[in-house]
Amino acid sequence: MSAVLDPHGHADGHAHDDHHDHHAPTGWRRWVFATNHKDIGTLYLLFSFTMLMVGGVLALCIRAELAQPGLQFFNPEMFNQFTTMHGLIMVFGAIMPAFVGFANWMVPLQVGASDMAFARMNNFSFWLLIPAAAMLVGSFFTPGGAPAAGWTLYAPLTLQMGPSMDMSIFAMHIMGASSIMGSINIIVTILNMRAPGMTLMKMPLFCWTWLITAYLLIAVMPVLAGAITMTLTDRHFGTSFFNPAGGGDPVLYQHVFWFFGHPEVYIMILPAFGIVSAIVPAFARKKLFGYASMVYATASIAILSFIVWAHHMFATGMPVTGQLFFMYATMLIAVPTGVKIFNWLATMWRGSMTFETPMLFAVGFIFVFTMGGFTGLILAMAPVDIELQDTYYVVAHFHYVLVAGSLYALFAGFYYWSPKWTGVMYNETRGKIHFWWSLIAFNVTFFPMHFLGLAGMPRRYADYPAQFADFNLLASIGAFFFGFAQVYFFLLVVLPVMRGKGEKAPQKPWDGAEGLEWEVPSPAPFHTFEEPPKLNADATRVIG
Amino acid sequence: MMNARVHRVGGWTSRLIALATLALGLAASPAAWAVNDLPGGPAVNQIDLTPAATHIAEDLHWLHNYMLIICLVIFVAVFGVMFYSIFKHRKSKGAVPATFHESLAVEIAWTVVPFVIVIFMALPATRVVVAMKDTTNADITVKVTGYQWKWGYDYINGEGEGIGFVSTLDTAQRDFSDSGKPPTADDYLFKVDNPLVVPVGKKIRVITTADDVIHSWSVPAFGVKQDAIPGFVRDAWFKAERIGIFYGQCSELCGKEHAYMPIQVKVVSAEDYTKWVADQKKAIAAKADDPNKVWALDALMARGEKVYTGNCAVCHKPDGKGAGPVKPLDASAVVLSDNHLEQITTVLNGRLDKGMPSWKAVLNDTDLAAVITYTKNSWSNHTGQIVQPAEVLAARK
Repeated sequence: MSAVLDPHGHADGHAHDDHHDHHAPTGWRRWVFATNHKDIGTLYLLFSFTMLMVGGVLALCIRAELAQPGLQFFNPEMFNQFTTMHGLIMVFGAIMPAFVGFANWMVPLQVGASDMAFARMNNFSFWLLIPAAAMLVGSFFTPGGAPAAGWTLYAPLTLQMGPSMDMSIFAMHIMGASSIMGSINIIVTILNMRAPGMTLMKMPLFCWTWLITAYLLIAVMPVLAGAITMTLTDRHFGTSFFNPAGGGDPVLYQHVFWFFGHPEVYIMILPAFGIVSAIVPAFARKKLFGYASMVYATASIAILSFIVWAHHMFATGMPVTGQLFFMYATMLIAVPTGVKIFNWLATMWRGSMTFETPMLFAVGFIFVFTMGGFTGLILAMAPVDIELQDTYYVVAHFHYVLVAGSLYALFAGFYYWSPKWTGVMYNETRGKIHFWWSLIAFNVTFFPMHFLGLAGMPRRYADYPAQFADFNLLASIGAFFFGFAQVYFFLLVVLPVMRGKGEKAPQKPWDGAEGLEWEVPSPAPFHTFEEPPKLNADATRVIG
Repeated sequence: MMNARVHRVGGWTSRLIALATLALGLAASPAAWAVNDLPGGPAVNQIDLTPAATHIAEDLHWLHNYMLIICLVIFVAVFGVMFYSIFKHRKSKGAVPATFHESLAVEIAWTVVPFVIVIFMALPATRVVVAMKDTTNADITVKVTGYQWKWGYDYINGEGEGIGFVSTLDTAQRDFSDSGKPPTADDYLFKVDNPLVVPVGKKIRVITTADDVIHSWSVPAFGVKQDAIPGFVRDAWFKAERIGIFYGQCSELCGKEHAYMPIQVKVVSAEDYTKWVADQKKAIAAKADDPNKVWALDALMARGEKVYTGNCAVCHKPDGKGAGPVKPLDASAVVLSDNHLEQITTVLNGRLDKGMPSWKAVLNDTDLAAVITYTKNSWSNHTGQIVQPAEVLAARK
């Protein structure tokens, strides 16, 4: 029998027993040659959690150094390597692959497809990440250490970096290729492999947000590849795209980078919106309010994300019309984002709510992400941005949207779908501890950074004036607590369910949940929906 | 009116946040770092923007507080609704889920209302953007050059034109940083050798550029932050409304010493500024020609040509051939000689018997060294010899 997580799959009515695949790989081959979307999804999630830990250790090194004024642990060059690698690893190694892992697991289950469209390419897009991550992390061990030019890799500072810069550039090329392949897979799966009756406008919102995200990825990953390739040729082949000594323009790099970088921000948050849009209705026991407007709002955010990039560059000195354009366009994003928040609130309104861990993380997401949204709106004002650009205010802002936003949604998604993945319920008490511990530690870490930024403390500083000492110490204490919370999560929540320890999960552990993933048993059998299922009118149940 | 509003709002938010901080039991522990507020720079545990010293900074503080209030009101309203719902619409309280899930009217309302709010946010911001970008009619223009890791200041227009210097972090403070136990100085990491000095109430245009990588020149109290980009020039402006010292720090990652290139601007009265300019000019004149400076051949040649044209060519002729009793320098044995001393003494003391004046009191050492080097390497003379000002200085004694 093929390598199934649970050999008792029966409820989907077309058990896999009817085709005996005697060549199904087992042991390590099961993972290296994996073509099953569930196995690949698991690989992605384990990989991204590993990278979250690596990036987290770097973050704690940063916070240890910043706990008090003066250099106690690292020299400034090392410090810059930590900030740079923390950013690159968290963005490209942790958050993005984690969402791809969720897509792999959930998209075929949610649209009633048997697997991802291109199963072997799916394997390739995951396994490309391993050499890429090895190169990225390995760059610490090259002469001169890891790149220290910031995760944005601004030229011409990148031209001064050692060989590690080239390794990181290649690593990002490979990760970009992996993302593009993953995106093609997701788009084709969603557009071509939906079960009959699952029209686009009946599709779960997680699939919608991923469909839009995948298009964003395909549009902008080549732009990043272009920017870093130009950096590479400037470094080694005598070109001068960004090298002012040869007539190049360093600001051109920033334009190209942020044309990738801003949509990238939405790449990391749109699937989070999708997860939250699944969880809030499930625990409010009420249909998602304004499904269509949620789809349109997601699409609007994606389109607007292409015309706001230069709000990252107000301090470079743009013409007044440029500043005004990018300021207005950026502020406009508040409108569709607001629509999403309002729709979630309307979903909760007059529902019948319970607050299991997925819902706690989802509500925590809405609450804390919105704070990051408001600071984003404040930063959109060009004059205020010029005062706060490159200060800790910006650091606070993007950690509110990336940690309390993306990461919380990932946690919410894990608690919501892990019973389906593993067949056992996680420990509810421990989940709640994880939530409150993370929420408090997160705010202790990042809220004081707003003050530091307003007071003018620049980011990427290895040492700082003594007036900033207390808030920095507070942030460092919070950071260590936040880090330990994630170790707790892995050891006491994730590991037990991976080992199958816990109460057996029913097919649908959440009574308000809707969608085809709850139409298959828990844990989901190795093969699901081998025959396209017959769906009910709103495409949420299998009826035949 | 805008001013009054700034202060009222600032005070109110400050107090609220300070209270919240205290309530959490996270009150400042000034004992650990016995440091005081730095006027013009950060205050201890400052939680708001740095007090404004320009009208632009005041405007942007107002803008920030205006935004903060709108955002707080929306935040409280929206999450008031959410938490009401969380406490009221619970299964444990017997809430039965409603079935509504669509309303076009509501969707339109919560699209249009935020849109209108955003317009009211954008309007005052637009005015400030336009004012910030208006760098015309400056009284004084200063070119600011970012270097790894110091700032160069060159006064290129207005009172003080011609003054230029480099501003570097105090080396003792840099060493304290490495020690891991910095002293509790109020200006830790802010102390520089040469601050930028500007007069109060004058419009100062700052032109930024850089020599190596991108830096960013920033003074929070002025509301100025302008990237300094190698190969390009950008500009910004400020008009300080009060006398004092104002601090900033490089705000674009520029390599390992990024944290160690602070900005210090000393705003002085018009009279003090004039006095400072006069002192600087004197110092420049005094330092202009250091006789111990070692010159390269082409720099000395360029200068020598000017000296020759202005002083020597009238007799020795531009082609160095001389005329009548005036000896030629071209192919002259004295000029070509490896022994510089004879030519140096001739030029210094003159050969009054042959009509050659003494240049001792007319030209300084550098000019003399330059012109002698020039004659040794012009026309058919190709000795490649360089006479340094120090040699002339030695010969004077």
